Amino acid sequence: MAETLTIGKALNTGLRRAMERDPKVLIMGEDVGKLGGVFRITDGLQKDFGDERVIDTPLAESGIIGTAVGLAIRGYRPVCEIQFDGFVYPAYDQIVSQVAKMHYRSQGKVSLPIVIRIPFGGGIGAVEHHSESPEAYFAHTAGLKVVSCSNPDDAYWMIQQSIESDDPIIFMEPKRRYWEKGQVNVDTASAPLHVSRVARTGTDATVLAYGPMVRTALDAATAAAEDGRELEVIDLRTLSPLDMGPVYESVRRTGRAIVVHEAPGNLGLGSEIAARITEECFYSLEAPVLRVTGFDTPYPAARVEEEYLPDLDRVLDAVDRSFGF
Amino acid sequence: MAKGDAKARTHTTRAAPEPAFVQLLTPEGDRVEHPDYTVDFTDEEYRSLYHDLVVVRKLDAEATALQRQGELGIWASLLGQEAAQVGSGRALRTQDMAFPTYREHGVLYCRGIDPIMPLRLFRGVDQGAWDPNEFKFGMYTIVIGAQTLHATGYAMGVGKDGKVGSDDGEAVIAYFGDGATSQGDVNEAFIWASVFNAPMVFFCQNNQYAISEPLERQTRVPLYHRASGFGFPGLRVDGNDVLACYAVTRKALDDARHGQGPSLIEAYTYRMGAHTTSDDPTRYRIASEVEAWQAKDPIKRLRAFLDKQAIAGDDFFAAVDEEARVAAVDLRERVLTMPDPDPRSLFDHVYPHGSPELDQQREQFSTYMASFEGSGH
Repeated sequence: MAETLTIGKALNTGLRRAMERDPKVLIMGEDVGKLGGVFRITDGLQKDFGDERVIDTPLAESGIIGTAVGLAIRGYRPVCEIQFDGFVYPAYDQIVSQVAKMHYRSQGKVSLPIVIRIPFGGGIGAVEHHSESPEAYFAHTAGLKVVSCSNPDDAYWMIQQSIESDDPIIFMEPKRRYWEKGQVNVDTASAPLHVSRVARTGTDATVLAYGPMVRTALDAATAAAEDGRELEVIDLRTLSPLDMGPVYESVRRTGRAIVVHEAPGNLGLGSEIAARITEECFYSLEAPVLRVTGFDTPYPAARVEEEYLPDLDRVLDAVDRSFGF
Repeated sequence: MAKGDAKARTHTTRAAPEPAFVQLLTPEGDRVEHPDYTVDFTDEEYRSLYHDLVVVRKLDAEATALQRQGELGIWASLLGQEAAQVGSGRALRTQDMAFPTYREHGVLYCRGIDPIMPLRLFRGVDQGAWDPNEFKFGMYTIVIGAQTLHATGYAMGVGKDGKVGSDDGEAVIAYFGDGATSQGDVNEAFIWASVFNAPMVFFCQNNQYAISEPLERQTRVPLYHRASGFGFPGLRVDGNDVLACYAVTRKALDDARHGQGPSLIEAYTYRMGAHTTSDDPTRYRIASEVEAWQAKDPIKRLRAFLDKQAIAGDDFFAAVDEEARVAAVDLRERVLTMPDPDPRSLFDHVYPHGSPELDQQREQFSTYMASFEGSGH
């Protein structure tokens, strides 16, 4: 059965399914209860599952994650909401030093099935600290898994798969796309959690994106087609581990790869992806792997964020540069 | 407040005499009464407390020696804090859960755990690697204060499981030091425990120093006063008095298990040794201060009490010393025969269900290692 849902509503419905299925699933965060979260992703859940399972926490991110660790040791499966990307840093120590390492240092005796949801990225005209893309910090940390959804069907299924996973998962939500609608197959998941997927087939160049930039990449592909260039777009979906198999397969066919993300380019996901493509597809490449990213600046003021963020034209410009080699 | 006032106040704090605290046994070994707290140990239980104090100190000294001989990478000695740890540790009921720092070897011992367990960490053959739920004792936590949040979350889970409000309810104790009280995590744990009325006991061993920094670098009020600002009771106990430490902790745990919420215990004690074996305390504290605390030794005072009350005599004390010596020899032998881990195991357990990327790295590493075989390296 297919339903038309926004990404936000798909996440909300996915959370509901997970809570119905497993009484150990808890939701905790700032304003997630009565308000339903500042983006309403947890709307109605406290009303239906009670305040023992949907917990409005004190306003302290390290406390949210640190207490989630204890709850997980006790057998619960906490789903933590960090209200905005730029507010995750007070919890960084608990995430990196405790959550990520517990399974390793206990030699597998302690699993922490914690999901940390982070609405991320810009494009919503916000004040500072509300538009950042911190995913590389977490992808760099062994012991964490990092995923990002780009459409309602993935939002619905990936949040449930993340909650069912025994790994600690950083779940990056494309906040500026929360209101975009799409078909959700509520009967069957279209893919496992940690796989990348071709979002549009093409023959001339491969564009890699995740989260909010998948829509941008797809729009660029539509525009490029009008100029006679067929771009293949791959939605990475999983940022740690990366699922590079479909990427290598594609790049070996097209000979060109362009990675797109909002996060600054320096040591961003694109750097690692470019290195891996170069190692694996060296003799197939017609051009260096190019990156279209945010600049290496702090996230700028809202009135200039459209210039900072990769858009359709910057992707097409990179495609042109790739063909210039 | 003017700058001059602040200085004067700091000076006053350092010069302050013995603070007010719950005490049941004086440094001279005399039993004193307290209006709110008491103990009703049998003679056998008194002897057993003494036994634990002595064994814990001896094992600790052996670990320090093992570090000096290069057999442990580092050791965090509990010397001087035996009463705080044995008193509070023995106050735990079977179902209670403890979250330690990296110095709670005495609490670990009182939980009935083999003292070899943490030495693997300090030797560097693993990073703790015990199951908190099996031992009701969390893994040692080195990041200061982080475990207080884990404890609080665990205690919230106890509440959600309906295990609060009766005699067989569960309580949770979080250990931390005076330095940790400056950490955000500890203050957040206080807030969480208070707001959610978690069955928690915050047990702060104020051993007067955070490595080199004296208490006045962390606070301008007595630490136990902090509790009132968070909305739960706090008290100070003579941390070198094992009877008082037992009594106040038992009461706090029982209050927590019955749904009375969290409390803070400040065990006022002194770290007689270095912060760790990497530290040199002569750089930041004077010998007379250490001597003054030697007079308050936790073991000496219990021994004096047992002696005066004719609960134990020289034969018993000699037998305990011998038992401690044997335990230390056994510990040493087991440390020396501890196998190093297989280097390839460093790729294990990063993720619960493995990782193809790490499988590949392990394989590449194995091939690389194998390339040296037969080459004399």
